[in-house]
Amino acid sequence: MADITYLEAGRLALAEEMDRDPLVWALGEDLGRGGVFKQYDGLQARFGANRIVDTPISESTIMGAAVGAAMSGTRPVVEMRFSDFALCAVDELVNQAAKARYMFGGQTRVPLVVREPIGMWRSSAAQHSQSLEAWYAHIPGLVVTVPATPADNYALLKAAIRSDDPVVHMEHKNLWALSGPAAESDAPAEFGRGVVRRAGADITLVTWSATVWTALDAAAALGVEGINVEVIDLRTLWPWDRELVLESVSRTRRALVVHEAVQAGGFGAEIAATIAEELHHRLEGPVRRLGAPRAPVPYAPPMESELKITAGDVCKAVKVALGR
Amino acid sequence: MTGGQNGATAATASNHDIPRLTALHGLMARIRAFERAAETGQSRGLVLGAVHLSIGQEAVAAGVCAQLRRDDLLLSTHRGHGHTLAKGADARAMMLELLGKAGGTSDGRGGSMHIADFSVGMLGANGVVSANIPIAVGAAQAIRLKGSDQVVACLFGDGAINRGPFMEGLNWAKVFNLPVLFVCEDNGWSATTRTSTLTAGEGAAARARSMDVTAIEIDGNDLVAVDEATREAVARLRAGEGPILIHARTYRLLGHTASDPAGYRPAGEAEERWSGDPMRRNRALLEAAGVPAAELDALEQAATDEMTAALDAAEAAPWAPAALALEDVQDAGAPARFWTREG
Ligand SMILES: Cc1ncc(C[n+]2csc(CCOP(=O)(O)OP(=O)(O)O)c2C)c(N)n1
Repeated sequence: MADITYLEAGRLALAEEMDRDPLVWALGEDLGRGGVFKQYDGLQARFGANRIVDTPISESTIMGAAVGAAMSGTRPVVEMRFSDFALCAVDELVNQAAKARYMFGGQTRVPLVVREPIGMWRSSAAQHSQSLEAWYAHIPGLVVTVPATPADNYALLKAAIRSDDPVVHMEHKNLWALSGPAAESDAPAEFGRGVVRRAGADITLVTWSATVWTALDAAAALGVEGINVEVIDLRTLWPWDRELVLESVSRTRRALVVHEAVQAGGFGAEIAATIAEELHHRLEGPVRRLGAPRAPVPYAPPMESELKITAGDVCKAVKVALGR
Repeated sequence: MTGGQNGATAATASNHDIPRLTALHGLMARIRAFERAAETGQSRGLVLGAVHLSIGQEAVAAGVCAQLRRDDLLLSTHRGHGHTLAKGADARAMMLELLGKAGGTSDGRGGSMHIADFSVGMLGANGVVSANIPIAVGAAQAIRLKGSDQVVACLFGDGAINRGPFMEGLNWAKVFNLPVLFVCEDNGWSATTRTSTLTAGEGAAARARSMDVTAIEIDGNDLVAVDEATREAVARLRAGEGPILIHARTYRLLGHTASDPAGYRPAGEAEERWSGDPMRRNRALLEAAGVPAAELDALEQAATDEMTAALDAAEAAPWAPAALALEDVQDAGAPARFWTREG
């Protein structure tokens, strides 16, 4: 099967959905020029300026307009460039998009997707590097997707566009160029289905987004030392695949959650707590978490690296968990 | 613009469409009676949470919303009962909603501050000041995409113009030439603070003009002025002329919420303003035009009877079922209790 990049996979998913449904449209800054990362390249020429809309730098209104347009029967795809900028539109997402269906008693639906790229990327520093997925997973009403592969970016973005509920689709900026197998079919993904990326018997490592690759590197290195790590890629954080995680940990009896986001108050805490609540008699050691220190992301490469979770960090954490 | 800025005289009254103004008088009476019933309901502990009454502002609701078609869209604020009724929502279902009872417009999940009736194009009151403006703009964008000739009306207070979404939303509507009627319902107050002490410059109309958005300033207590300004504005919106802002000056005769005695107002201010009450003014106009007082009394009495009955019916109705608390959150990842009450 032909390979495709993570970036192209997202573009393909959007274009196919726009072909399929004339009420799918996208809005954000500089989309006509392809968007900041070129995720929208060529789409305005193909679909016109009324469906690939270049907006003012007005994040509140980009998101708020999407809410109104979604409530009025269309399917907007919102581009926020960086999840950091989406903070200018938190009311519109959290108080409006996530609440309208509920507080209006089911009279309306808000089928919008917001693309919020996350992650550290080339010294982008404190205001262009955050991974804020836990914030949105915390909000009732929102779906949160965090694809790690091109095939998943394609299938999850399609699912997000077809969802009748608002979805925060978080692509990782370091994965844009990642090339990999295309999706096996044009079917949208199912939310809440994680996948075992590597089977193992000694410990379950739960992760998502770009950190999946770090975890797989660590697992490969540990394999050489005879430590068998199972790596689960959650793919979506809300809903998240509890069954898959609990089944795996009940076999391996040890668990480590790894994410790029700040560890304190991160989504790893939710997973760790769930494992502890459900399986504590079966565990052979405490559930552990590995995430970033609670510091803003710095600019200089040595400092940025200091905050990044590396395969070496994961190996160390696994060994601590195994008591080696 | 025709219509008495300073109250009607017999001479001008004869120029008006008296049957229409009489019907709108009935609508204003229904709005007032609904809110008086809500006020009673709150004082009796039946209506919960914050309830923002629009008594004194009925001419804006009636004059604006009555110019809209049923399929036109409307976005409102925390003070939205009048707008919702005027758009054609069912008063009984609204009252059930205010009491949290089964059969309420939002099944008891919204209450007064989130009153909505999508079946008449009323896409919701909003508890966040200014947040309805971008939503209105997006609803207009959807209209554009679907190629229809609907328009969107968005009402907000004079306090709302100091938040960013007002500037962003007007700019957006103008650059995309969207059919949005922005209505600043200027009642002089931002909660307990006089808005003039918080707003730089001349306010809504001036800000709109700075973005080349057509702005019309009217006396919002003059039903004729609101009705006629809106008629003209809606026609222009449907003709594709782009957004228009109506700056309607009115006055909030009661407190910010039903439980606010408004002791911060200078003595005598509200009393004086009652003389400009739009109900009273319109009644004077109609009587001067020869509408029998008995007919107007009957309209007003019918409104009171309707809303008293709505409150009584809502009081007698069962609560919205508790199980609904976990419904309509989301399809994927819908909530479940993490422990059972029984367990
Ligand atoms: C963003 C936001 N800030 C503050 C509030 C609290 N609040 C509710 S109503 C109100 C006053 C609004 O004044 P205005 O927009 O003029 O509307 P009015 O109440 O006069 O109808 C305030 C401050 C809020 N609901 N939302």
